[in-house]
Amino acid sequence: MKSSVIVFPGSNCDRDIAVALKKLQFENQMVWHKDTSLPKSDLIVIPGGFSYGDYLRSGAIAGKSTIIDEVIKAAHAGCLILGICNGFQILTETGLLKGTLLRNKNLKFINNDVHIKVMNNDTKFSNKYKKDQILKINIAHNEGNYFTNIKHLEELEKENLIAFKYCDENGNSNEKSNPNGSLKNIAGIFNENKNILGMMPHPERMVDEMISNNDGVNLFSSLLN
Amino acid sequence: MKFSVTVTLKKDVLDPQGKVVKNTLVNMGINNLKSIRQGKNFEIEIDEKDQLLAEKKIDEMCKKLLVNLIIEDYKISKIL
Repeated sequence: MKSSVIVFPGSNCDRDIAVALKKLQFENQMVWHKDTSLPKSDLIVIPGGFSYGDYLRSGAIAGKSTIIDEVIKAAHAGCLILGICNGFQILTETGLLKGTLLRNKNLKFINNDVHIKVMNNDTKFSNKYKKDQILKINIAHNEGNYFTNIKHLEELEKENLIAFKYCDENGNSNEKSNPNGSLKNIAGIFNENKNILGMMPHPERMVDEMISNNDGVNLFSSLLN
Repeated sequence: MKFSVTVTLKKDVLDPQGKVVKNTLVNMGINNLKSIRQGKNFEIEIDEKDQLLAEKKIDEMCKKLLVNLIIEDYKISKIL
């Protein structure tokens, strides 16, 4: 499976995701944001980091870069798109995913391993997980507080488009297990066609038992499935 | 022609920064404070003589980049 990782000035998880993809046998290429064409890809990853120093709003400037026009075209043609952390923020700024990510409710940058629950395992990104499976995944962000309008929130719930929810180790999603104030504890969402996933947690940091755990592996192996 | 664009969070969107600023002012002994909403301001100079046309261009800038319409409102006003 061919993957492309888009690199912006200020991306800092681009190499981590490249290592994870290679470990899972993806044929990966790095793509610079000023490029005007994309290599043939089955999966495009927009990595975490602080593209353009989070100027204006997180992801706002990256969302208007030259390569993004190609990403949008590929997305509409059905290509799989994964946005992690700043990548999720960029996807909302492009309009490929609805809603937005506000500043964390406690106004602090949060870097923690947290629990999330798999809400829908019937997708290209999650078929190797069990429904309601609890994962321990790292989050590291200042703007991860997912917000959207009521109509879209209802649509997310009705159409099963919530990918992951923050929870405690027993799977309880409530205010106590919500690290950043996200609506309904949302940690990740799909678009309507479920070919685009945006998530704040970092699965690429959880692919090696030596340094963390293997809870992120199945996201990548689902894509290969 | 110079314009100012003020961007503020919509009424229904939680503004934790504004809240912290307000609490601090209250702790500093300032009374009668009802609420504070924090926003941002852009000063934009544009090479255009027709005010209506200039405002239209700035409105376009707001919609395309400066403002996230999901959470923010904006107001354009002429400075000079």
